Amino acid sequence: MSPKKSFLAFFLVCSLGASAAAAPLKVGLVFDVGGRGDKSFNDSAFRGLERAEKELAIKKEYIEPTEAADRENALRQFASGDFDLIIGIGFIFTDDVNRVAKAFPKKHFACVDYAVDPSKTIPGNVVALKFREQESSFLGGVIAALTSKTKKVGFVGGMDVPLIHKFDAGFNAGAKWADPKVKVLVSYAGVTPEAFKDPAKGKEIALSQFDQGADVIYHASGSTGLGVFEAAREKHGLAMGVDSDQYKDAPGFVLTSITKNVDNAVYDVIKRQQAGQFKGGVIELGLKEKGVDYIYDDHNKAMIPAAARAKAEEARKLIVAKKISVPFK
Amino acid sequence: MMKALAREGRWIAISLGITFAVLVLSILALRQNPLTVFGLLAERLLLKPYGLGQMLYKATTLIFTGLGCALAFRCGLFNIGAEGQLYAGAFLMAVVAPHLPLPMILLIPACLAIAALGGGLWGLVPGWLKAKRGAHEVITTMMMNFIALALTNYLISAHFHEPETIHTAELPVAAYLPQLPMESSAVNASLFVAIALAFAVHYFLWSTPLGFELRAVGSNPTAAKTSGVPVDMRIFLILVLSGCLSGLAGINFILGYKHYFEQGFASGAGFMGIAVALVAKNYPIGVIFSALLFAFLSQAGLTVQSVIPRELFEILQGLVILVVVICQNKYGGAE
Amino acid sequence: MSGLAVELRGIVKRYPRVVANDGVDLSVESGTIHALIGENGAGKSTLMKILYGMVRPDEGTLSINGKPADFSGPRDAIIAGIGMVHQHFMLVKPLSVAENVVLGSEPGASAVGTWDQDGAKAEVARLSKEYGVKVESSAVVETLSVGEEQRVEILKVLYRGAKILILDEPTAVLTPHECDELFKTLKGLRAAGSTILFISHKLKEVMSLCDAATVMRRGKTVGTKKISETSQNELAQMMIGDLEIKEKAAVPYRGEASEVLRLENVSVRGPRDELALKGVSLSLKAGEVLGVAGVEGNGQRELAEVVCGLSAAAEGRVTRGGRVGYVPEDRHHAGLMLAAAAWENMLLGRHWEPVFSTPFRLQRGAIAGYGRKIIADYDLRPPELEQEAGAFSGGNQQKIIVGREVSKDPKILVAAHPTRGVDWGASALIHQKILETKAAGAGVLLISADLDEVLSLSDRIIVLFSGRVMGEVARADAKIEKLGCWMAGVSGT
Repeated sequence: MSPKKSFLAFFLVCSLGASAAAAPLKVGLVFDVGGRGDKSFNDSAFRGLERAEKELAIKKEYIEPTEAADRENALRQFASGDFDLIIGIGFIFTDDVNRVAKAFPKKHFACVDYAVDPSKTIPGNVVALKFREQESSFLGGVIAALTSKTKKVGFVGGMDVPLIHKFDAGFNAGAKWADPKVKVLVSYAGVTPEAFKDPAKGKEIALSQFDQGADVIYHASGSTGLGVFEAAREKHGLAMGVDSDQYKDAPGFVLTSITKNVDNAVYDVIKRQQAGQFKGGVIELGLKEKGVDYIYDDHNKAMIPAAARAKAEEARKLIVAKKISVPFK
Repeated sequence: MMKALAREGRWIAISLGITFAVLVLSILALRQNPLTVFGLLAERLLLKPYGLGQMLYKATTLIFTGLGCALAFRCGLFNIGAEGQLYAGAFLMAVVAPHLPLPMILLIPACLAIAALGGGLWGLVPGWLKAKRGAHEVITTMMMNFIALALTNYLISAHFHEPETIHTAELPVAAYLPQLPMESSAVNASLFVAIALAFAVHYFLWSTPLGFELRAVGSNPTAAKTSGVPVDMRIFLILVLSGCLSGLAGINFILGYKHYFEQGFASGAGFMGIAVALVAKNYPIGVIFSALLFAFLSQAGLTVQSVIPRELFEILQGLVILVVVICQNKYGGAE
Repeated sequence: MSGLAVELRGIVKRYPRVVANDGVDLSVESGTIHALIGENGAGKSTLMKILYGMVRPDEGTLSINGKPADFSGPRDAIIAGIGMVHQHFMLVKPLSVAENVVLGSEPGASAVGTWDQDGAKAEVARLSKEYGVKVESSAVVETLSVGEEQRVEILKVLYRGAKILILDEPTAVLTPHECDELFKTLKGLRAAGSTILFISHKLKEVMSLCDAATVMRRGKTVGTKKISETSQNELAQMMIGDLEIKEKAAVPYRGEASEVLRLENVSVRGPRDELALKGVSLSLKAGEVLGVAGVEGNGQRELAEVVCGLSAAAEGRVTRGGRVGYVPEDRHHAGLMLAAAAWENMLLGRHWEPVFSTPFRLQRGAIAGYGRKIIADYDLRPPELEQEAGAFSGGNQQKIIVGREVSKDPKILVAAHPTRGVDWGASALIHQKILETKAAGAGVLLISADLDEVLSLSDRIIVLFSGRVMGEVARADAKIEKLGCWMAGVSGT
C-alpha cells in the first residue's frame, strides 16, 4: 500500500469509527464568546446538557468560540458532523443559527434567547427558546419592596440593552405593584459587553445605591453582580442574584435569586428530540411554564418575610392567569 | 531583503519546531493520542474545504491588521491601535455604505475607501499628537482603542442597532464581496484584497522613494532629519497609513461575510495583528504566512475543542511569539 | 624601577566577526607611564578591557606585580590595584568632589545609611595632596571645569587603592592648557609610585609624557620602544605599517572668491533653551576651508545645525549660496541608519533626486552604480553595498557618510569632527576628500576639537568659546598658544 493510500485508509477508519458510534443521540452545544464559566446563564445551559447526558444517555460535545465568526463556524462543524441536535446559547446566535439551519435542513437546532424578528420566518428546523424574565423579575420586585425597611430598592443592570430592560421593567413594576410608595434606583454598568464582566464597577454602583438609602439591590449584570454582592456584604445590605441561584456567592446577603431555568429548557429540548417530538417554532417560557422563577429554599426562607412571600405568590397566580400583564421595556 | 528573509527563515523554522514539540507533549500530557488529534485536524480542517475556508477567513482579517502593525513597526512606531482602527474603519463603512446609491463596481471601492478613511482617522489622532506634541504612540493608540470600542458599542446600542440585535442594518447587496466556493465558509474576496495589499505595501516600502524615506525614519529618525527628511510629517503619515491598513480589516466580516457591523465582531484581531507582524519580522509578505499560522492555530483550537482545551492553542500562539522575540533579541533580527 | 607592574602574555580574544587580540604581549614596568598606541580598531580597547576584568581572554595569561591573575570582573581588578579612568566621566553633578570620590564605598558606612562625611573629606584631601591631584574636595562637581572633573575621576580610582591606572584617551576632551595640567598630574602620580597606562593616538603627547610605548596594529603588538630611544616618525610608521605618510598638501586658498555662506549676528537656542550660539557672524567663501576650533560643547553643534537649516536661528540671518552637505559630529546618532544597508545609507537624503528615483520607483540600477563609485573612490571595506552600516568599522562608516555628502556636489560642506574615532588611513582619505571638495569650489566649514586637524586643513581659523567667536586668524599666522588661550576663553592677542 502506498503511503498515500494508507493515509486515506486511516481516515476511512476514522470516519467509520465515528459513524459506528452514532447510535446514541449526539448533541452539540456552542457557548457565547467567552461564555463558559460565567456561573450563570451559560453554565446553566451546560448543566442541562450534563443532566441530559446522565439521564438520557446522549453523547455531548461543546465549543466555546473566540470570535464572532466562530459562532457559525462552530455550529457548522457540528452540523456537518453526525450531530442530531445543535444548540446555540444566547440571542447573538440568532443569525448564525438561521444560516446554518437553512444549509442543513435535516438537522435540528435550538437557540436560547433567540431574537424573533417579525419580518423574518424562523426556519422549520429551529426551536427558539424565549424566556419572560420580566415575570420573575416582577416577583423579585414584590419581594424586594416588601423586605425593604427603607422603602428604597436598587437595580443594577449590566449592559444597557433591551434584553436587560426586561429585568428592569419587571422589577420596577413588581415593586410598585406591591407598594406604590417604594422608590427604585436604577443604574447600568455600561454600554459595552464589558459591562457584564466588571465586578469593580458593580461594587461601585451598589455602594452608591446603598449610600442613597437602598437596602435591597437586584442585579442583572453577569459577573458584574459579584461586585454587588461584595457591596452588600460590606454595607450589611441585601442583594438579589440572577439567572442561577447565587446564594453561595455571598451567603446571608443574597435575599433570593431570580432564576432563568436555561438548564431545564435545554434538557427539555434534548428530551423531545430523543422522543422524536422535535418541533420548530418559538417556545416561550415564563412563570407558567416554570422557565423562570425565584429561589425560596432552606437557605433563604428565614430572610424573606412571610408577607413578601405571600404577596409574591399572589402575584404569581395573577400573572399565570394573565390578570397582570408585566411590562417588558 | 531576500537574504534577510533566508536568515530569518531559520529562526522561524526553529520556533515552529518548538511549537510543534510542545503541542505533541501537551497532547500526551492530556492523555490523548496525538495521532487522533492530528487525524481530527486533518479531517475537519486541512482536508475539508469548510475548515480550510474558515482558516483563510481568519487569516484575511489578520493580514490586514498585521500589515497595519508591520508598516508602523517597520517605520519605528509601535502602533498598538490596530484594534481601534479596525473598529473605526468598519463602523464608518457599515453606517455610511447603506446610504450610497452606487452600483457594485463603484460601491465596493467606495466601501474600501471609507473603511481605510475611518482607520486612517483613528491613526491620525495619535499621529498628530506624536508629531506635534511628542506624545508616545503606545499610550495614545491604546487610548484610541478604548475610545473606538466604547464609542462603536455605544453608537450601536443607542442608535444603529437593528431591533433585538447588537448589529447594524445590512448593507445593500451591491456591496457584497463574493464568497469563495469553499462549502459556504466565510472566506471571501477580501482575501485577495489582503494579499494584493501585502504586495503593494512591500513594493511601497522597498521600491518607492517615499517608502524608503519612511523606513529611514524608522531606522534612525535623527539621521533622517539630518538628511532633510521632514520627520514629523512622516511620523504623521506612517500612523495614518498604518491606520488605513488596519481599518480595511473590517471588510472581511462586513462586505464578505455578515454584511453588517456587529459589536465585538473581530475582538482581538487588532492585538493579534501585533503578534502577526512580530512573527513576520515586519515583512509585508511574511505577514501573509504569519497570519496563516495564527489562523491555523485559532481554527485548530476550535476544531479539536472536544478533545483538547482550546486554551492550549492560545498558549501555542503565545509561544510562537515568545520564541520569535527571543530569537530576535538574541541574534539581532531585522530591527 | 622595580619589576613589571603588568605583564600580559599571548592574549587572544576572538569575536564572531573579528579577532580583536591575536597573541598580544604587553609588559609595563612599575612606576612608569606607558603608552599604548594604535589606530582605532587596533585592539587597544579590548586589551584594556581584559586588563580591567571586563572581558575574559580566550587564551593568554595576566600577571599583576609578578603574580598571576585571573579576573572574573572589574571588582577583581580593583582588588588587584587596577583602576580605570573612563573617557566619559561618570560623576554625580550636584554632589561634592568628596562625595563623588567615595560614592559606593563610603567610609564608616552604617546599615541605616549614615557615613563619615568629614572623614571622607579629609581622606580625599589627603589623597589630593599625596598624589598632587589638585582639586578642592568640598567643591560641587557641576561647578568644575572638564579638566577638574577628570581629576575627580582619577581621585576616585586612587581612593579605591589603585596603583595601576588606565587612562583611555584622556586628552580628547581637554583644552591644550588642561592637557598640560593633566600631564603634570600624571607625572606627579608617577613620582608617587603609580604605574600609568596611557591610551592615545596622539603621538606628540606620547613623546612628551611617556617613558615607553607599545604599538598595536590589527590586534597584534608591533613592538615596544623606550621613548628616549625612538622618534615620532618611527612610532607613526609602526602604527600604520607599510603605508606611506603623506604630508597633506593643502591647496592654497585662491584669493577673493564668491561668498557661499554668510551668518549675521546669529543666535541659536540649545537643548535647554539657553542661547548656545550668541551673535555669531561669519563669512565662508567658495574654495576655502574655515576651521572652527574649540572645546566641544561651546556652540559647535548649534552652529552646524543652523548652517544646515536643521535648527532655526533665534536671532540674526543665515544666507546660503547653494546646497549644503553635512557630516554630523555623531555618526551613529545623526549620520547613519545602522540597521540599513550601505546603499540605503548612501541614498539617504538624495532619494528624491531624479537620477535615483521617479515618484513611484527607486532606480536601483542607478543607485547601485552610485554606490559602487563611492566604494571605489573611498576604498570602502568590505566593498559590499548590501552589508548593514552597523557592520562596518568606524572609519568605513564615516567614509559612507562623507561619500554621500561630498557626492552631493555641495556648495557648502559642514564637516563636524569628521575624523573622530576614525583610524589613520580613513582619516587621511577623508582629509583628502575635504580638500578635493574645496578645490572643486565649495566652501568648507570644518568643525573640530582636534587642533592638528584644523591647522593642517584650514585656510582661516575661528575659535568658539561659550557660543561666541573668540577670535579669527589666518592659518599662516596661527599660533597654538593663542588658539589655546581662545579655547579656554581667554581673549587678547
